[in-house]
Amino acid sequence: MSPATSISEGYSASASPDAPPVLELRGINKSFGPVHVLRDVDLTVRAGEVTALVGDNGAGKSTLVKCIGGIHPADSGSYLFEGQPVKVDSPRAAAELGVEIVYQDLALCDNLDIVQNMFLGRETTKRFVLDEVTMEQLAADTLASLSVRTVTSVRQRVASLSGGQRQTVAIAKAVLWNSKVVVLDEPTAALGVAQTAQVLELVRRLADKGLAVVLISHNMNDVFAVADRIAVLYLGRMTAQVSTSDVTHSQVVELITTGRGAATRREAPDEPNGTAGADGTSEWKNGERP
Amino acid sequence: MSLGETTTDTGPGPGDDAAATTTSTAKSAGEAASSADVKDETVTAPDPRPDLSDTARRLARRLVRTNSAWTFLVLLVLMTAFSIMKPAHFPTTFNLRNVATDAAVLLIIGVGMTYVVITAGIDLSVGSVLVFSGVVAAKTMTGISDVDAGWGPILLGLLAGLAAGAAWGALNGFLVAKAKVPALIVTLGSLGMALGLAQVMTEGQDVRGVPTRLSDTIGNGRVLGVPWLVVIALLVTVLGALALATTRFGRRTYAIGSNAEAARRAGIPVELHLIKVYALCGLLAGLAGILSLARFTTTTIGGHTNDSLGAIAAVVLGGTSLFGGVGTIVGTLIGVFIPAILQNGFIILGVQPYWQSVAVGGVLIAAVYADQLRRRATQRA
Ligand SMILES: Nc1ncnc2c1ncn2[C@@H]1O[C@H](COP(=O)(O)OP(=O)(O)O)[C@@H](O)[C@H]1O
Ligand SMILES: [Mg+2]
Repeated sequence: MSPATSISEGYSASASPDAPPVLELRGINKSFGPVHVLRDVDLTVRAGEVTALVGDNGAGKSTLVKCIGGIHPADSGSYLFEGQPVKVDSPRAAAELGVEIVYQDLALCDNLDIVQNMFLGRETTKRFVLDEVTMEQLAADTLASLSVRTVTSVRQRVASLSGGQRQTVAIAKAVLWNSKVVVLDEPTAALGVAQTAQVLELVRRLADKGLAVVLISHNMNDVFAVADRIAVLYLGRMTAQVSTSDVTHSQVVELITTGRGAATRREAPDEPNGTAGADGTSEWKNGERP
Repeated sequence: MSLGETTTDTGPGPGDDAAATTTSTAKSAGEAASSADVKDETVTAPDPRPDLSDTARRLARRLVRTNSAWTFLVLLVLMTAFSIMKPAHFPTTFNLRNVATDAAVLLIIGVGMTYVVITAGIDLSVGSVLVFSGVVAAKTMTGISDVDAGWGPILLGLLAGLAAGAAWGALNGFLVAKAKVPALIVTLGSLGMALGLAQVMTEGQDVRGVPTRLSDTIGNGRVLGVPWLVVIALLVTVLGALALATTRFGRRTYAIGSNAEAARRAGIPVELHLIKVYALCGLLAGLAGILSLARFTTTTIGGHTNDSLGAIAAVVLGGTSLFGGVGTIVGTLIGVFIPAILQNGFIILGVQPYWQSVAVGGVLIAAVYADQLRRRATQRA
């Protein structure tokens, strides 16, 4: 796969409910020794949409992300990409499909600069020599295409960047490669209010450009602000995957904490719609019931 | 993202990015208006006006920040001092040629060691591997021919020596990368094994009768007045420096030392890369063994016990961080010559040459201390 100056244009930017799934996981199981972390997990990710993956600490979100990224291949279950069953058993295999992960701990090399990090493992060369000019240009173009204005020089060492800037670099690295699916594991967990807003805006922009985005977050306001769908993981099981407009904050919170809730009956005709609003402005009140 | 936060490198050097960026952006009045947003407006793209003085300033800043610039200064001061004190003896072609020849073997080992240390590893075995390779090369040459051997047997011997070195290195790398045994222990083990096996093969007696063709050319010959040993060492240094700075292999070496897990997640075959790096270090130790053999016309089994530590000291003096991810071959070049010049200068001055060990030890600790300080400063940011 070659680097792209602009984001993939293969998908329409509209999040139509019938957009074909880009990535589908079916019956994923994953154990670490005796610990059965993921149990029969299904997940569907569509182009042009932000799918929020929520769940309590230890629910298995990061583990699921590592299965998607090929770091910890699943023990069983199927992995479909654009409808085709594929085998993703290494980070490289995921990258070749156009699946990019922004890990919770970012996985950047502090001693390398922004360009070097963005091209890590996929360095551009010209007759065995690193093509620094091209890489620097592509890195700058990608940051520009994401409307990132917060980084003064792409030759800054990553160690010298703020948390938000590091997050931005990690995201830019993920979209540099004409990627089709971008998974972000708690990208705002360590950020302040302003930085969080910028990262969320960036996440939304990725989906609007036609990418399939998976966002893991603990913050209900963040989730309702940008997500089109919400997938809830409870003790390693996927308890619900619903449209954001079909559920309220409190319903999602109940799903997260108990694994059960009204939201699982989303097909019911009497289910109230849009009480939470997708603009992220509404407050989450604990115990609120529709 | 709040860009009031530091966006600058936190190296120990004066005159850093903050000053430079602010002055250049402040020129445009509109941007300077809201001081908090000044940096928000600066563009991501490479500097739109790449002016020469700016480039020079950046380069200077980078130099000041690197350890190797300081050690280079130390080297210059030493050489100047000795030249002033003993103008007739120190700065002569004869003397400097001797210093360079003595340093050649250590320099070649140091190049390989730089790669290993940048991956946050260490190789204590190079001195023993050097001896082992020299013995294998000598045994091959003397086994299939004699002192008057032609180039055929010599070449076979050289290849055998290089292969032996690379094999030890690959074994080290395999044990470090795949078996996950700490590099310190693996190479401490192979230090003993390589030397022991070399002694077993020779029953502890140095192998003599190395072909004169080898010692007359590579060992003690010159090209344009420069000893072959020095030419080969410089060639290795230049190639090693280029590979480290401008190739994918070099870039990934830094990445692994900086954050091995990030490298793995970026699809870099970390284990294989580590094996290659240790094999390279072993190969260069093999080359050093051959050069030593050519120079002294005999294996010098007992003469290399300090080589590994000498090479590590040179690498660290040259600004390569034991924590990995940082370092240069040029730094190692400087780091090799500081002890060499010190020793030579002391001998010429009539000072007991043993003071060299004392002085180098002190400088070494100071260099690592400076590295620690810099890391702490970076982490605080
Ligand atoms: N590499 C591992 N080895 C053993 N157990 C693990 C490993 N990674 C995660 N786990 C376990 O799997 C469970 C889910 O962890 P994780 O996926 O990190 O949860 P989340 O990201 O939802 O907080 C936890 O109980 C954790 O201890
Ligand atoms: Mg997690």
